[in-house]
Order: sequence, then structure tokens, then C-alpha cells
Amino acid sequence: MSRVYRLSTPLGEDEVRRLRAGDVVYLSGLVFTARDAAHRRIIEVLESGGELPFPTRGLAVYHAGPVARRRDDGGWEILAAGPTTSARMEPVEPDFIRLTGVRMVIGKGGMGRGTAEACRRYGAVYAVFTGGAAVLAARAVERVEAVYWLEELGMAEAVWLLRVRDFGPLTVVIDSTGRNLYDEVMTRVRERLEELLGGAGGGGRGS
Amino acid sequence: MAGLEDSLRGFLVELIRTAVTRLPRDVYEALERALEAEENPVARRQLEAMLENVRLAVRLGRPLCQDTGTPVFYLRVGDGFPLRSRLYEVVAEAVREATRVVPLRPNAVDPLRGRNSGDNTGRYVPWVEVELVPGDGLEAVFVAKGGGSEAPTRLVMALPLRGWEAVREAVLRAVAEAGPKPCPPFVVGVGIAAGGDQALSLAKRAALLRPLGSRHPDPEAARLEEELLEEVNRLGLGPHGFGGRVTALDLHIEYGFRHPATYAVGVVFSCWALRRASGVFEPDGSWRITSEHI
Repeated sequence: MSRVYRLSTPLGEDEVRRLRAGDVVYLSGLVFTARDAAHRRIIEVLESGGELPFPTRGLAVYHAGPVARRRDDGGWEILAAGPTTSARMEPVEPDFIRLTGVRMVIGKGGMGRGTAEACRRYGAVYAVFTGGAAVLAARAVERVEAVYWLEELGMAEAVWLLRVRDFGPLTVVIDSTGRNLYDEVMTRVRERLEELLGGAGGGGRGS
Repeated sequence: MAGLEDSLRGFLVELIRTAVTRLPRDVYEALERALEAEENPVARRQLEAMLENVRLAVRLGRPLCQDTGTPVFYLRVGDGFPLRSRLYEVVAEAVREATRVVPLRPNAVDPLRGRNSGDNTGRYVPWVEVELVPGDGLEAVFVAKGGGSEAPTRLVMALPLRGWEAVREAVLRAVAEAGPKPCPPFVVGVGIAAGGDQALSLAKRAALLRPLGSRHPDPEAARLEEELLEEVNRLGLGPHGFGGRVTALDLHIEYGFRHPATYAVGVVFSCWALRRASGVFEPDGSWRITSEHI
């Protein structure tokens, strides 16, 4: 049975390790966006011993490239900010979790074994927000604290440091025990696929 | 002509705004029916979030997905339409303006230099397909094609010996491999033709342009659509890949005659946020949006 949690960043290791695949989280506090280019850059900075201009430890990284609009007072407003496909970040996410100390990775579409292993080892979870539900996500953004690397990376790829309130529902897909909800669904899907294809045996239609 | 160009640009900007901020009524109603059919609570939560997001986007006039896609136009241009040779430029201007005023997220990236143009235009962006028709007006369909749903696109150059069975396998495998990534429940477009590019072009039209619930006018194609839709849903991927009854909101087949040696099969997905809008522009500069939206 899935449980519902209201959590705030910075997240502690214990509260993250209590989460189980299928649980629902509403998250408040600081979250930063990063997708392909920002992942590469953050890892480069940290691996070379440098410091990032924004905090990461205990926070959530959000795989998202928002539509943002500059307000008259010079600040930013997030208009739409749904998740992007997380699988693109899979090759570097284990290093990313290790180096940044994030406790939650938020995106859509699932992550692989490397991320699951990093979640288990370092005490983190991967949670998904409904893809395409971008206005719903933007409504949870109370404030844009800052934006980094906007000039070099552009609006979608920049790092947006966001203060969110009750961002969710986020469904935990990978927990810190290594369980992966999507793997379980996809295993059943592949079984059904083989049944459907095997059942027809290259033969007739209408089976 | 400048006045007419301004009107045309204004029409196209409104077409883009309508498509990205409001969902077509047929798609919204299909999502509502999916919610009625689903029992898995996690899947239901996804569908509820989608429907709430659409209502919120309409109320606030905002893009309902932050990925405002690659701009694609399907234009039916009358023989006597006055702005024929200026059409491509005015379409690009409309995209630039919509990027500013809607706003859209800049998504056009130079693949060789890695630079984003910043205004959603660039080489072959927007993508424009033109069909010449009798008359002196213009019918336009705009589609914002999301990147996440484009990534699992498949082209299979099937063995003609296997015929329909190869199509069926290509589609079921494509859906299973796509998993949650294209944001199901999606529309699956299947294209069959002589050439690979032709099959994919037909598949894209099938996924994006046909009204949900409509069947191909050819009764054999219509029957295959229903069978294959049912099989896709038997895979059990469900809304956002959490398992469930509704993986595809619909499945459309479009076919052209093939070559004896080729049997090209294209599979294209929409996102659940299938953003399209259509309208008519008259040579006197008047226009109207003809598609229905929520």
C-alpha cells in the first residue's frame, strides 16, 4: 500500500531511506533543474575539485527545462516546468548522485540499474512527476531563487534553482533498497509482448 | 500585400497559441474515458494530473507542456492563394513571434554547432508540408511535436513475405521498447509505404492529424486499426508506464502502395498532450480557428 509523505529539503538520509517504491511525495524547499548539458557541466566542475555556485547536498535534482518569463522587476516567473525524459541522464546519474549528494532525482520515464545502485549506496530515490503536466508543476514553484549558466546553456538547459511548495504528486519509482517499479511493469509488458508475438507465430491476423 | 501578410501571421500565431495552451476536445475526452476505464490507483493519479493540468493551462493561458515541441505545419494551399511564394517566410515569422508572445520554449538546435537559435526557427524548422488544392484560400494545421514522444520513433524495412505480421510485430515492439518515455497514453501512428521516409511521413500524419476515435475509410485498414489498438492495450503499459488498461488512446494506420521488394513500416507516437490546431484563412485576410479545444 502506498503512503503519502510531505517532505522538505534538505532531505535527511533516514527519511529518504524510509521511502518505498509506489509511495507518493509532496516536496517543499529548494530544488534545482538539470538536464543533459547541466549534468555534464556539474560533474566536470566537481570532479576537477571546483565548487558549484549553488547548493546541491540534500536537495532534489529535477530533470526539467522550463518555459520561463522575465518579469518587469528583473526576476523570473516559471510558466511551465514538467519533467523531461530521465533516461538520457542515466549514463552519468550515478556519478551525479555521488558527487552532488542529492537525495532525490525527479523526472519522468524511468532510470536504469546504475541509478538504482547509486540510490541504494548513497541513500537517494528516483521519483516521477506526470510528464506533460507542466502547469501543475509550475504552480508548485513559489519563487525562482536564481538561474545559472543561462547564457551558455539556454533556457531549457540552464540550472534553475527553485523554491517549491508541495510539489507533487511525485511517485517514488526507485527506492533506496534498489526496487524499481518501472522494471516490474516493463517485465510484465515484455512477457505480454512475447505472448502476443509467440501466439501468432508469424501466422494469421486477427488472433 | 503587407496587410495580408500581417493577417496571415496573426492567424498563424493564434493557431500556435491555441495548440500549445489548449488540448483538442477529442484528446481531452479520450483522457476522460481512460480515467473511467483505469483501476490501477497509480495510473489513475497520472490521468487525474493530466486532466487537471489541461484545465489549469486553459485557465492561465499557458503552454500545457514545457516542451512546446518542434513546430510542424500541414498546409493546404489554394491554386489562387495570393501569398504562395511568401508562405514559408511568413510561417517562420509567426513561429518567431509566437515564441515571444505565447511564449514557447526555444527548441531549435543546430546539430553541428550545438547552438540553440533562440526563436524556434532554423534550417528546416518550422517543418512545413504543403499540399496544393483548388480554390484561393489556405487551410492550416499546426502541431507542436514533443521531443520525448519523437525519440521512440521506429522504422522497420520489413520482409514483404511477412506482410501484416511484420507490421504488427514492429508496432508491438515499438510500444514495449518505448515504455513510459513518450508519456502514454499516446496515439500510435502506423505508416506503410514503399520508402522509409514515406512510411514515417504517413505514420506521423496518422498519429497527429486524425481525430481520435475515427477509423480509416478503407474497411480493411479500419479493422486492422481496431485489432492492433486492442493488442497494444493488452501489453499493459498503462498511463505513464505504471501499468493499466489504457496505453494508447487510439491507433491510426495510413498506407500507400509499396514496391514489390519493400514493405516500409513507420511507427510514430504522439504524447498524451497531442497539441494540434487547425484553421482556415481566406484571401481577403479573414480567418477562423476550426478545431475544437477544451
